[in-house]
Amino acid sequence: MTTEALVRVAFTVNGAPYDLEVPARRLLSDALRHDLRLTGTHVGCEHGVCGACTVLVDGAPIRSCLVFAVSLEGAAITTVEGCRNAEGGMGPVQQAFQECHALQCGFCTPGFITTVTAYLEDHPAPTAAEAREAISGNLCRCTGYQNIVAAVQRAAEIKWGEGA
Amino acid sequence: MKPSPFSYHRPRTVEEAVELLGALGEEGKVLAGGQSLVPLMSMRLAAPAHLVDVNHIPELDTVAVTAAGVRVGATARHARVEKDAAAYDAAPLLRQGLVNVAHPTIRNRGTTVGSLVHADPSAEMPAVLALLGGSVELRSTAGSREVAAADFFVGPMESALRPGELAVAATFHRPPPRSGSAFVELARRHGDYALCGVAALVTTDHDGAVTTARVALISVGPVPVVVDVGAAVHGTGTAFDTERLAGLLDAAIDPEADIHATAEYRRHLAHVLAARALTEAHEHAGPTRDERAS
Repeated sequence: MTTEALVRVAFTVNGAPYDLEVPARRLLSDALRHDLRLTGTHVGCEHGVCGACTVLVDGAPIRSCLVFAVSLEGAAITTVEGCRNAEGGMGPVQQAFQECHALQCGFCTPGFITTVTAYLEDHPAPTAAEAREAISGNLCRCTGYQNIVAAVQRAAEIKWGEGA
Repeated sequence: MKPSPFSYHRPRTVEEAVELLGALGEEGKVLAGGQSLVPLMSMRLAAPAHLVDVNHIPELDTVAVTAAGVRVGATARHARVEKDAAAYDAAPLLRQGLVNVAHPTIRNRGTTVGSLVHADPSAEMPAVLALLGGSVELRSTAGSREVAAADFFVGPMESALRPGELAVAATFHRPPPRSGSAFVELARRHGDYALCGVAALVTTDHDGAVTTARVALISVGPVPVVVDVGAAVHGTGTAFDTERLAGLLDAAIDPEADIHATAEYRRHLAHVLAARALTEAHEHAGPTRDERAS
């Protein structure tokens, strides 16, 4: 087997700069997990359907299994590891997920945490229907979603003042 | 579920990109948002030898509103077009279609021009372009050419783009004054490909009576199916005759059966959704801002 050519790419993950040399076909999800050992990002379907691998690129949620790492030259990436609060404890979304019991097996949770973290930036007080729409691209096979919807609303309260 | 190896190119200008594509010919494939291409590659349904990544060409990341309409650059994400207030003002159907494209997360990366070039017969944006009219600008080392919306969609997953060409932008025409539009679709699950979807564009006279009415349907033919349904407008100009509408649609569409729906069910959906879209579009049609002010 011939060795694949490596391509150089530089980006930041959770504020830390990285300069990588990876095969061009390396998906961002695999680059995060295998090259950077940031295993908080979970890989589910690997074709953009389940949402488990969602990370933020320049603040916006994207599927890390649907982008090549080399395409993200210069990007600022945030994974679930970067969704904690300034003191290093749980961020508002993580705290709300714990309070509302919004996870069971936890496999899909990193994708929900990143998606909701970005969503709350411009949606300080989502209704239950809006919360449901916000998480419509993320699949959870355990919970039935009720507690996740509640957690989205609770996270908004924590983040935007009331009940912090 | 990993793509096969390929050679990667990261041009910084359009000139550099078309040089590369020209040299690579059939071997080269453009990578923009990748939200259709990457899963196809992961499933090994596509295995291009070379990818030309156009995401690092600043001049392609544009949304510009002109008197003629909305010009969308090759790397403008769906989300950006969807949220652009001026684009919505000029052609509301853009946003009305875009909110049906997959999920917000996909729209953050996927591009509108990429969706046009991909030419999926179930995709929303080809129908929006087909209905509004407009064109796609293609660039190669031989020069530029502009393909009209009506000629751009050739067949399922097949556009007029030739090897060596880069789609640099698409222009969606601004609808005439006193027009209204709507996009309705039905999918098994939220964000899935539509079993059937209908974009509608209705123009009225000063009294609100319908003067022209057209629809574009997805998932019921090899390309977006545009149908002039003006003959289904009631004499009063205020409503649509559903039976005449169904007749006009049946003459144009050719739905196929698959695991998700029978052809007959898709035909039924086309009738129901077209009536719904036309009614909604008519509600949105009305006097222009200047007419309201006077």
